[in-house]
Amino acid sequence: MTLPSVLADNPRLDRWLNFTTAGRVELATGRVELGQGVLTAMTQIAAEELDVAFERITVRSGDTDRTPNEGYTAGSQSMQAGGIALREACAQARALFLDHAAQRLGCVATELSVRDGHIVHNGAATQFDYWSLAQSVELAREATGNVPRKPVADYTIVGRNVARVDLPAKVFGKATFVHDMTLDGMSHARVVRQPNRGAMLVSVDEAVIRRAARSPISFVRDGNFLAIVGDDETAVEAAAAVATDHAGWSGVEQPSALQQEANWLLQRPSIDRVIGTPQSDSARGLRNYEAVFTRGHLAHASIAPSCALALYRDGHLTVWTHCQGVFPLRAALSRMLKLDPSAISVRHVQGPGCYGHNGADDAAADAAVIAVRVPGRPIRVRWRRQEEFAFEPVSPAMVVKVRATLDAAGHPVDWTTEIWSGTHQGRPGGGATLLAAEALPDPPPLPSPTDVPEAAGGGATRNGEPLYDIPGKRIIHHLVPEVPRRTSALRSLGAMPNVFALESFIDELAERAEQDPIAYRLARLSDPRARRVIERAAVMANWRESERNASRGQAHRGRGVGFAQYKNRAAYAAVIVELEVDESIRLLRAWCAADAGLVVNPDAVINQLEGGIIQSASWVLKEQVRFDNANAGPIDWDTYPVLRFSEVPEIAIGLVQSDSDIPLGVGEATAGPTAAAIGNAVSRALGVRMRDLPLTRERIMAKLLAQ
Amino acid sequence: MSQTFAFTVNGRAVNVTVPHDDTPLLDVLRNHLRLTGTRFGCGLEQCGCCFVLIDGRPEKSCGRSVASVAGRSVTTIEGLATPDNPHPLQQAFLEEQAGQCGYCLSGILISAKALLDRNPSPSRAEIARALDDNICRCGAHNRILRAVEKAAARLRQGERP
Repeated sequence: MTLPSVLADNPRLDRWLNFTTAGRVELATGRVELGQGVLTAMTQIAAEELDVAFERITVRSGDTDRTPNEGYTAGSQSMQAGGIALREACAQARALFLDHAAQRLGCVATELSVRDGHIVHNGAATQFDYWSLAQSVELAREATGNVPRKPVADYTIVGRNVARVDLPAKVFGKATFVHDMTLDGMSHARVVRQPNRGAMLVSVDEAVIRRAARSPISFVRDGNFLAIVGDDETAVEAAAAVATDHAGWSGVEQPSALQQEANWLLQRPSIDRVIGTPQSDSARGLRNYEAVFTRGHLAHASIAPSCALALYRDGHLTVWTHCQGVFPLRAALSRMLKLDPSAISVRHVQGPGCYGHNGADDAAADAAVIAVRVPGRPIRVRWRRQEEFAFEPVSPAMVVKVRATLDAAGHPVDWTTEIWSGTHQGRPGGGATLLAAEALPDPPPLPSPTDVPEAAGGGATRNGEPLYDIPGKRIIHHLVPEVPRRTSALRSLGAMPNVFALESFIDELAERAEQDPIAYRLARLSDPRARRVIERAAVMANWRESERNASRGQAHRGRGVGFAQYKNRAAYAAVIVELEVDESIRLLRAWCAADAGLVVNPDAVINQLEGGIIQSASWVLKEQVRFDNANAGPIDWDTYPVLRFSEVPEIAIGLVQSDSDIPLGVGEATAGPTAAAIGNAVSRALGVRMRDLPLTRERIMAKLLAQ
Repeated sequence: MSQTFAFTVNGRAVNVTVPHDDTPLLDVLRNHLRLTGTRFGCGLEQCGCCFVLIDGRPEKSCGRSVASVAGRSVTTIEGLATPDNPHPLQQAFLEEQAGQCGYCLSGILISAKALLDRNPSPSRAEIARALDDNICRCGAHNRILRAVEKAAARLRQGERP
């Protein structure tokens, strides 16, 4: 039996769990709480496999000193990779305890079981439990993978709704977030940001900035890195608010309004490759049909700007951060500061929802750079709202051209998805640099352009290949290395624009064939799990009935469907949306059916699917990072509006049962299907195809006028 | 010049000495009084993370100076209730699992409290409109709306906070 890869990377069992405290189980996971409920789900998994009450378990997460290295909490991998590793580690630990107890009791281990941590022999209590045996059972050994796991049919807590362990603190206003942390003697800091890589700081009017602070502040300057530090946060913030206008830079590059549109990518140099099969001869000479879809840059737009604390004392640096990967961040800090990794501890503390690579790593780097220059003094850096919008990495704009060859009956027999995009891989762990490192003397060279590898689901190519039964399929990927803003991972990466394009195009093909869009899809989809979610969503939305009524004409009201299996190998989701369009779009209802494999916590899964639908709806209706002002992007919630409470549709979620014992992440599963469902519903309501995101009022008006 | 302001926070009289009278109430709550339940979101009065009640009215504390609350009564999320005896809103938020990252929840609970104080029977649309000043980026909106409806029903039935 092979070990789950994360366990193979971190094979020592005592890295995952211990029974050191009587009556308690301490778990460790490299995955971090981002609001998705991962700590609760991990606790459920361990409670199940160990046969211990949920309440006995505490979880430590994301700490380079004390948890497994699981890379990033990203890509909907926490359950799929991290959860099954923890499950295996717990199964092995349990087996070791049972083997040992069997020796002591003179019986065979199969006669033993565990009831809330107590070892039971043929149903009768014994004197042993995990804690009384903990001294004699060595967990400082490597996992072997030779242990049977508990059968799914015997599960009692995995699969149940368990209340999130992190939520009470958030409802009662406890100090939960890294923003709320204080350390004795802590100073506050703000960075005067280098406008772009290569820009040179030529002047700073310190006197004006000090006057604005009205309380003592100091400056930390090294090369083009400039920070304001002081004991009074109000003063430091006031100084930072004026500092941008009183720092002079040369070599400033200003992105233009032209560059904000995805079509700008088409004229740029690119690194090209083809994934899939070459076009077959049988497809030649048949009818081709193609369409081009675009999406602008998106911001993560976390509810609060990034924050971090750092303390450098006695040659050791400790950083508290809400980043998604403490180990990759430690490696990046080590390179930047020329400190050995063993001299750095990085600890995760919760932050505002990030949905990908936002400013968290860079804020941590800022705090670290300042801290090592003022040893012994804890430094707290909190980015400003404007700073987060202007400097966090954005999700790259994308152009997706879809071309299908149709046979005489209108069936696609050959399919090409051609994609233009900047990289979705700008994380420090992927070789990219931290902002602070670029401002310091001797900045590292630009990383060589790459995107997320196909083995990890791809970046721009993610979900670029349709799941439908089409004999020939390929992706042509144009990675555009030079783009106007730093780009990186945002929830679902390229899957959102790709699924929007693919599923819009499938609707166009269905229209040409004069077929119902759901029937058209099902006729070309042999994967039974895919079929089941589409069929279930159609039933939930009463699709057939509503289509009959719709044909009698409800002007400017429409329904649309979108489907994808995330990364073509993870969770399946089908989304149906109902909306009204006049000059703008009003979402009325959404239905979603999903197959997430083994569901650990149904309500948490539903929460993630709902959140994915709402966030994707916000992207589709409202969001684009625009450069058409004096800034390199939006600066606040007026220039980057997101969906508000009154604009959110009612949502119904149906979980489709599966007999899989692998849990599939769901945080990203609905992003693409929702975008496609909205696009299809709007296009059907208007009677004209909308192929460019976001679906703004201006674009709708232009289409209506052109009709 | 340092100045001292007297006001009430969560029923407790406080005197706060600040270097300047325009110090934002949010900074005073978080940094001087260590009441960090009121979150910083934007500092621009746009996101609603920092809502508090001032004499019962919802106000964004990042945009209010400490001087402007002298002699007034401020209620923060910490003053709503305690885990041992939660406010019906907090109870309902937990029952509905209404939240994801939770960063917005302090401000949303304060907005919802202010709404229910002035309108004990809001429709779903009225709740949504009242919360339009609060951003939730994770997409927990429908759970939050359900939780506020549930708490409103319980309060109408006489369940007291």
